[in-house]
Amino acid sequence: MTQPVTNCPNCGAKIVFQWSSSVQTVCQYCKSILVRTDVDLKKVGQVADLPPDSSPIQLSTEGIYRNKAFVVGGRILYEYNQGGWNEWHITMNDGASAWLSDAQNEYAISFVSNTTGLPVADQVKVGQQYTWNNQKYTVSVITPAHYRGVEGELPFQYWDKTDVTFADLRSQTGKFATLDFSDDQPALYLGEFVEFDDLKLKNLRSFEGW
Amino acid sequence: MSAGTPPLSIPPKPQAKALNCPQCGAAITLRALGHAETVVCESCHSILDAKDPNLQILQKFQVITGEVPPLIPLGTRGKLRGTDYEVIGFQRRGIKVEGISYYWHEYVLFNPYKPIRYLTEYNGHWNDISVCKELPVVQFASANYLGEIYKHFQSSDANTNYVLGEFPWQVRVGEHAAVTEYVKPPRVLSAEKTANEVTWSMGEYAYGADIWKSFNLPGSPPEAIGVYENQPSPVSQNVTGIWGAFLAFALLLLVLMVGFDFASSKGTAFESTYSLNHGEPKGEASFVTQPFDLEGRTSNVEVATSANVSNSWIYLNYALINQDTGQAWDFGREVSYYYGSDSDGSWSEGSTKDSVVIPSVPAGHYYLRIEPEVDPNHPPISYSVEVKRNVTVPGFFGIAFLALLLPAIAITWRSISFERARWSESDHPPMQIGNTE
Repeated sequence: MTQPVTNCPNCGAKIVFQWSSSVQTVCQYCKSILVRTDVDLKKVGQVADLPPDSSPIQLSTEGIYRNKAFVVGGRILYEYNQGGWNEWHITMNDGASAWLSDAQNEYAISFVSNTTGLPVADQVKVGQQYTWNNQKYTVSVITPAHYRGVEGELPFQYWDKTDVTFADLRSQTGKFATLDFSDDQPALYLGEFVEFDDLKLKNLRSFEGW
Repeated sequence: MSAGTPPLSIPPKPQAKALNCPQCGAAITLRALGHAETVVCESCHSILDAKDPNLQILQKFQVITGEVPPLIPLGTRGKLRGTDYEVIGFQRRGIKVEGISYYWHEYVLFNPYKPIRYLTEYNGHWNDISVCKELPVVQFASANYLGEIYKHFQSSDANTNYVLGEFPWQVRVGEHAAVTEYVKPPRVLSAEKTANEVTWSMGEYAYGADIWKSFNLPGSPPEAIGVYENQPSPVSQNVTGIWGAFLAFALLLLVLMVGFDFASSKGTAFESTYSLNHGEPKGEASFVTQPFDLEGRTSNVEVATSANVSNSWIYLNYALINQDTGQAWDFGREVSYYYGSDSDGSWSEGSTKDSVVIPSVPAGHYYLRIEPEVDPNHPPISYSVEVKRNVTVPGFFGIAFLALLLPAIAITWRSISFERARWSESDHPPMQIGNTE
């Protein structure tokens, strides 16, 4: 594979990116720190370019959850005022559809729940408690977010909400829930936090120097 | 490449951009790739939006309290719990208690695959911190986390007053959080509450020397001053153990003592009574007793004297002499007993009995040479001498008992004073004894 080559915008020296996906390098001559702005920008339909992001997961990453193999098929990238996170859509080897969320490398796996009688957005406050499937959850954060893009295969048809509100709930046992208020009917996802190492992920993105 | 995008035959010419602070032009290093939300210019302290290709200035803060050089320089890599981490951010936070500001330092640790970790440092005390996945339950002045009880230590309002490097959230100087800390040494559980979020994190006490080793830092870490809130007590784990051990050894001692008492063939080897009549001259010539046998293995011998002294004294120069070898043990004993009454009531001094134990006396035929001395105006005195073999010496056991008891007391005392030092910094200080301020 050819290495991308360019010139330093500062001094004009030749810059070779040793690894084609490098985001940053330092000019050997003038020591300017150079950032590539053309990597990881993938066109997805009519959606805006996905900004470069940092998740180690990528399409076709494979892993194991509860003794079932899964593969990453798509994702939604969300952004809020304090950062962003990825919801990777995964398909388990028994055909089940689930979400692997990566919020600054805190990983959780969740499944959509068919629970009815969910609270509406206005009713939910931080600290409130709900019980679903005999598990008590406490609202830890309410996040107004907007979505920045999608990639790959998703379990629903074209989906384009700009502003969405999520309520994240935690339990005393590491269980985790998300209330998704992006549709008229709130949706509930139930799952748990998972350790990176436990997922035994393969086909991960590699990062230069790591 | 994502699904549906045909691979491009010719890769587009890469575009590069020098990353400089828009405020002062200094070069900015981005270490955490896309993870950083903000990056701080090390030259002019502008807080920049790391996600913005133009590094828009979010905030510029005044360094009021002076530059704070991080003890672990930004960009340093180390291994913690088996994972490589790079220090990408540094902040100083402070709380104000009774008008006094206390500052601690936080280091942001980055690995592209793992959750962000933090190291905090206060007066040479370190903590290795990660965000809790499980939610603790607060109950009165404690918090239950995964079945363990943490005691409330302090609630305070922490504000950030100095930042350097990159942060995975949009950090600002001046931002406040209500911090509540619960401790169960060596761990500390803290809740940071902002307007719309509560974050629980778990810290574990770490020693500067270990941090230095992990990050391969030159020199030595700053010395830890005082006792930190979740510093493991060097003694607390041992307190119950030491008393258990003490009890066990004390029982063993008792058994030994009783055992020796039973096992030893003790008995009186010699007994006799003598009298000194009134007016007999002082410095009476010595006399020797009948010979007697001391049997068994080399052991101790007790020579007990009792005299009917009453506001008088008698002094006896003894020699225990081995008839066969001529070996002699010389010793003097005084028996005196005085009593009376004065303005404070009645008093007495001394005793009519005396006893001495001579150690390591081999078996053999012995006799005593006795030389009594008395006051020239003494009343008639009669005294008796008894020689006993193999006496139990409670003193020896007493010393052993004390040797066990003293460390137990010392360790308990150290543990108590360590805990007092810990809690004196908390919202729940122990009662002060004396004016130790």
